[in-house]
Amino acid sequence: MTSRPRFASTPSPEAGDRRPVVVIGAGPVGLTCAIDLATRGVPVVVLDDDDTVATGSRAICWAKRTLEIWDRLGVGQRMVDKGVTWSVGRVFHGDQELYRFDLLPETGHRRPAFINLQQYYVEQYLIERAADFPDLIGLRWKHEVTGLTRTAEGVRLDVATPEGAYALDAEWVLAADGARSATRTRMGLPFPGQRFEERFLIADVRMKADFPTERLFWFEPTFHAGQSALLHRQPDDVFRIDFQLGPEADPDLERMPERVMPRVKAVVGDQTPVTLEWCSVYSFRCARLERFVHGRVVFVGDSAHVVSPFGARGGNGGIQDADNLCWKLALVLRGEAPESLIATYDEERGHAADENILNSSRTTNFMTPKTRAERYLRDGVLALAAEAPFARMLLNAGRLSRPCSLAGLSLQTPDPAPQRDGPRPGDVCVDAPVVDGSGRAGWLLDSLDGSFTLLVFAGAEAPDPGRFSGLPPGLRCVVVAERPLTLAGAEVLLDTEGVAGLRYVAESGVAYLIRPDAHVAARFTEVDGQQVAEALARACGRSGTSVQEAA
Amino acid sequence: MTESLRRGDGFAGRADAVYETLIRAHHSLSDEDSAALNARLVLILAHEVGDPEALAQAIALARRSLGPAGPDRAAP
Repeated sequence: MTSRPRFASTPSPEAGDRRPVVVIGAGPVGLTCAIDLATRGVPVVVLDDDDTVATGSRAICWAKRTLEIWDRLGVGQRMVDKGVTWSVGRVFHGDQELYRFDLLPETGHRRPAFINLQQYYVEQYLIERAADFPDLIGLRWKHEVTGLTRTAEGVRLDVATPEGAYALDAEWVLAADGARSATRTRMGLPFPGQRFEERFLIADVRMKADFPTERLFWFEPTFHAGQSALLHRQPDDVFRIDFQLGPEADPDLERMPERVMPRVKAVVGDQTPVTLEWCSVYSFRCARLERFVHGRVVFVGDSAHVVSPFGARGGNGGIQDADNLCWKLALVLRGEAPESLIATYDEERGHAADENILNSSRTTNFMTPKTRAERYLRDGVLALAAEAPFARMLLNAGRLSRPCSLAGLSLQTPDPAPQRDGPRPGDVCVDAPVVDGSGRAGWLLDSLDGSFTLLVFAGAEAPDPGRFSGLPPGLRCVVVAERPLTLAGAEVLLDTEGVAGLRYVAESGVAYLIRPDAHVAARFTEVDGQQVAEALARACGRSGTSVQEAA
Repeated sequence: MTESLRRGDGFAGRADAVYETLIRAHHSLSDEDSAALNARLVLILAHEVGDPEALAQAIALARRSLGPAGPDRAAP
């Protein structure tokens, strides 16, 4: 990378500082939390023990759902403008291409399946976006948490700064301090999981090369003696090459440039001028905290759960954590939901973490056969995959991050009877092109503005206004119609291409209650004020069916 | 524990021929290649079976058949 910005350290505040929310860690997840809370009017202090963005490129693949969340926070376009867009992956065995897959084979979505963007850019853009909320977000650089005490009113943090130490009282603390979370250690929380012995080399190199903007994955590549290699294009002519080295590799030896560059040259050829931007040798584990909520301390992102990098489920999982938690926290802080709502963050994102860990572990097991029997099966899949399509389904070169479904969990109202296709309660909303009231082309997901929304599909008929009179006061109502109409108190979108109606399997009158994080809370065959009110209460944790307090 | 597995004569009277086919499949192969062939057959036949429950019961039956000497008999 070029030069990293340095942020001025913040002077120690006066004593007696008390804040509703303090975020520990100004990485992508902590910053996303801060911006999300600020959009909801919640003041946030972010403490970071450093004064700059991430070193090296670290996370690079940002999934469609993450971009949609950043769109809601007003920073998605900037990420997409700088990032490189991709949706196709190719899998090779030796020099033979086994198959290609397209993660988003249809049009009619604002965002692509993925962009690649170095983590330092992501952090920089989030920091700059946070600066749009000077009254609500305080970023405190070189403020290191040195102590944490749980109090009757929340949490007291001891903070060390270059200018001296101070105490900071918080109603809630979000621990976004990464895979080696000092908060986790400080609280003595075990982090059980599976460690994988396999070592991998990451090399980020700068070169002018004509590799396609696709995810290229090789099993037993011709250019590398190891088991696998992975290549991703990033902005600024930077490429990430990931080499599987085996469990015996010596990390100190393998990260030396004179060892790394021959491996790189073997991929790109001797003729291509190439410079090494950054490299590291890593191994990884899949692990999670048993619970993400400990009283008023909530763990988000890598501090709560870690996975292998194959599948891009780490960073993207963390951004979904932020998306899931912040609206709940804002409701609780405003007194509009009981504190037990935060327990559903643990329920929902714990479920997601399990899903991510399962997928990531399976990929790793496929990539690193540990016995002869495992190797026979793995090699068998590779050998069959070119000819037999069924074997491609078994071939696991990474199951890439997709939004987790929250179906069946306590905030969602199940369908009263088995229903048609379309997003089920718990699923995240799918995008579709729409036209707004002023005739401007836009996107369905952009019309969900981070509050609870009743999304009604009117079909060709104007809905009966009487049906809407019994809705809970203040509930936002968006009507998707096939032709222009007006309805008091509702925003009307036109489904000019018919894609929205198709994706939501929307017969006339069908309605979806959408959560602030764009997951479906409930769906209805017709608008019924009482049913909507009950589903809304349940989704806010205000009915008796919510999960038990996690702490 | 074998409810999903076929009962009776799934070979429709041609069991000897099927067995001979399996034997012949390994003809002139090294032990290494035989093991590789078996793994590929398992993958192909697992896909033909499809039903994960039937597969799990087949695995359980096979592991039981290793007898008391087989390690960890109950798993997986």
